Amino acid sequence: MSEVTLFGLGASALVGIGLYGFIIQPEPLRRLLAFNLLGSGVFLLFGVIARRGAAAGMGGDPIPQALVITGIIVAFAGSALAVALLLRLHQADRGGAAPGGDAPPAGGGDGDRT
Amino acid sequence: MTLAWAFDAILAATVLAVAAWTIVARETFAAVVGFVAYGLLLALVWVRLAAPDVALTEAAIGGGVTGVLLLGAAARLRGTAGVLVDERPGAAMRLVVGVLCGIVTAALAATVLLLPDPAPTLAPEAAANLTTTGVGNPITGVLMAFRALDTLLEKVVLVLALIGVWSLAPDRFWGGAPGPERRAQPDDALVFLARLLPPVGIVIGVYLLWVGADEPGGAFQGGALLAAMWLLAMMAGLATAPAVSERRLRLVLVAGPAVFLAIGLAGFALADAFLAYPEAYAKPLIIIIEVVKMLAVAATLGLLVMGPPERPPQR
Amino acid sequence: MPDPVAVSTPGGALLVWALILPAAGALLALALGGRHAERIVLVLMPVGLGLAVAVAAGVLRANAVLVYVVGGWAPPLGLALRADGLSAAMMITTAVVVCAVGLFARADFQTPQGSLEARAPLAFWTLLLGLWGALNAVLLGDDLFNLFVALELLTFAAVPLVCLDGRAETLSAALRYLLFALLGSMLYLLGTVLLYGAYGTLDIVLLSDRVRAEPAAWTAVTLMTVGLLAKTALFPLHLWLPPAHAGAPAPASAVLSALVVKGSFILVVRLWFDVMPGVPGHAAAQILAALGAAAIVFGSVLALRQARLKMLIAYSTVAQLGYLFLMFPLAAGPGVAPLGAWTGGLLQAISHAFAKAAMFMAAGLIAQALGHDRIAGLGGIGRVLPMTVFAFALGGLSLMGLPPSGGFVAKWLLLTAAIDSGQWWWALVIVAGGLLTGGYLFRVLTPALADTDGHLPAHAPVARYREAVVLGLALVSMVLGLLPLASFGLLQIGRLDMAAVP
Repeated sequence: MSEVTLFGLGASALVGIGLYGFIIQPEPLRRLLAFNLLGSGVFLLFGVIARRGAAAGMGGDPIPQALVITGIIVAFAGSALAVALLLRLHQADRGGAAPGGDAPPAGGGDGDRT
Repeated sequence: MTLAWAFDAILAATVLAVAAWTIVARETFAAVVGFVAYGLLLALVWVRLAAPDVALTEAAIGGGVTGVLLLGAAARLRGTAGVLVDERPGAAMRLVVGVLCGIVTAALAATVLLLPDPAPTLAPEAAANLTTTGVGNPITGVLMAFRALDTLLEKVVLVLALIGVWSLAPDRFWGGAPGPERRAQPDDALVFLARLLPPVGIVIGVYLLWVGADEPGGAFQGGALLAAMWLLAMMAGLATAPAVSERRLRLVLVAGPAVFLAIGLAGFALADAFLAYPEAYAKPLIIIIEVVKMLAVAATLGLLVMGPPERPPQR
Repeated sequence: MPDPVAVSTPGGALLVWALILPAAGALLALALGGRHAERIVLVLMPVGLGLAVAVAAGVLRANAVLVYVVGGWAPPLGLALRADGLSAAMMITTAVVVCAVGLFARADFQTPQGSLEARAPLAFWTLLLGLWGALNAVLLGDDLFNLFVALELLTFAAVPLVCLDGRAETLSAALRYLLFALLGSMLYLLGTVLLYGAYGTLDIVLLSDRVRAEPAAWTAVTLMTVGLLAKTALFPLHLWLPPAHAGAPAPASAVLSALVVKGSFILVVRLWFDVMPGVPGHAAAQILAALGAAAIVFGSVLALRQARLKMLIAYSTVAQLGYLFLMFPLAAGPGVAPLGAWTGGLLQAISHAFAKAAMFMAAGLIAQALGHDRIAGLGGIGRVLPMTVFAFALGGLSLMGLPPSGGFVAKWLLLTAAIDSGQWWWALVIVAGGLLTGGYLFRVLTPALADTDGHLPAHAPVARYREAVVLGLALVSMVLGLLPLASFGLLQIGRLDMAAVP
């Protein structure tokens, strides 16, 4: 088994581990961690495919490698939004910081919570 | 069974072990620290896969900036009752999910083993067309020329995510600056680091950008490094976070995708297609785009970590 | 046999403009800030609508797809934009709904006098533009990874709209939505990775030639479909939708239910019919439709039990999305009936978009007038807001399938396809769904239209033009069925699975 196949199997295992953690974990921050593991596993799989495509004097197929770079950044943006939501929810839950009265309520307010 | 193979095997095993530990660790803060270590190990794996550009990106953004983000969150949530916490699933449920994930892993592993040989690849085509783009690094060629639309959309994604993060602020803080007020303590070790590292980091960041046209590197990696330096300075209290409504800040953020878009539209007239470069000016145009992009990426990544405004606007 | 090389068709540049105008607008809105954001949206709305109509006209006139090769680099090295009949029809739907929502939301998201900028208005208008650009990117993309980035753009534009009011409930709904969406995107990307590994390209047109029925393709389509189903909130992955769509401000709910969930649905259709026609197999299509049937039943029954109007409408979305997936077993294969099923499924998506947007905005007006949206307290609202309640009723009747609405034509086409192909059980599901829809519709209309002996509920004034906008959308959904059947031929243009069929 070549090194590349080894990493391919490792990437498959990472996807499984990340997916398990995402579904099982009750806390959102742990879910986010598991999501990042899942994502890195997917990217690694792409990297294995890139390595297998080494040709024309390059160490790997540049298309998948470039796409992984894009993917890492997009995944980070998702994590940042999730963290901001989580921290804000935490604040709101502790009774702090209801939206200040200076802005008119967003249309069609949801009314009584009966 | 060569030395390289053994090294790779140990590396893969360690990566899996740290990943598994991140899932099962009891305390969230410890799990996040494990995740940062995982990110750095993963960068090593990328080096072994002959992808230095990706290794740099993984180390800078995947491990570095994401790590700072998650550590900050874990620290703030430490010791508090969780929100949106579902019930902890019972042993039966965990078994079922475990089996499901095992099936997914097995399917993926089988697909990996059954991948076609010789592998279909676009490397020869990329190599053949690289000279017309004017850059020597094939990954830069893909990101900036062949698949430039992906990169343009991704920059819009970053700005939109930032708008989303900012929209979470309470109304009364709108227009203010993110993060709590920090004043620099003169003897603090963090302050020492924040005085020492940023100049070095900035130089390396700019170098990464400059050299990225022909060697591994590029605007994203350089931008991430700059963002990290900025975050360090802000955490030590040596730099103040800018207010969200500051006009100059908004211009810097928007400039990245806007310049790219403008040059892309100019391609209609100058080179017959959107996001095409006239052959003589391809490299200088790409450099311009990348420089503006690096600043915008640095600002956006830093602000994404800082979060929504938490201080009322100074007025 | 060498790969077909993509070439830009005349009119292809329209696709670029359709993509970048909303995105550029969002950037400009952020840079200028303040009141300019709203004005930029109002200026771009007619332009965007015009572009969508132009694209549809181009596709119809050429009776072929519009293609644009970006940067001059043809796939597989580069990527292309492609507008087939499905894209064109959905683009027009998107543009009309966004325009209506923009007009409706002006009263809700005005920057208050005396302040330079406020949080909710700036966020709403820029996110709306981002959402529009993302939807166009999803509809026009021809490259699986480009579609991944477009999907993420769509998610990041949609999630903050859910929690614009800053309450803990909507924040938690938004977080749950984001987590589901992130998982969905990652599973989609995983499948994309496998397809590249097996076939060496991510271009949809090229893949449709290269994909064979083999384990790699099956694994990929399973993963991608599950991921996209999580984003489309198909049963049983629908848990995130009701609190998110009910908690958002009314104009945001309208866009979310009408358009955002349809984006990932369109990608499932592209995957099953364009990228790998026939590969998933008949059994898998039946499973998908079974989930759809479960969604119809579960969603409708839960809608019947809701106390709040917006929650009822949100569960109605869960149910109506189920109809969309009945098209998978019915539209596959040769013959006339499957063509009808294809048209029926897509017409259901379009008609539901108009109807549901109208219903959510009507609920918003009702809640604004009464100060609450409890169904039990709706007595007499029909006399206070007759136009609005009429619009709500029209939307609901379209969902039920009353002629001549688009919903009726859609369900009729699906029903005939089910009976013609011998899959009569889906016909039963469609009929049952219609009855259940009527159930929860009348649950709302009965108190609303009740005669309260002249006692009008205490209410706040509602602008007449907003009611008109809502009524307009509902009317569109009602008269869609009046279009000549030939015009639905637009939906068939450019289908990649029909290439082999004479």
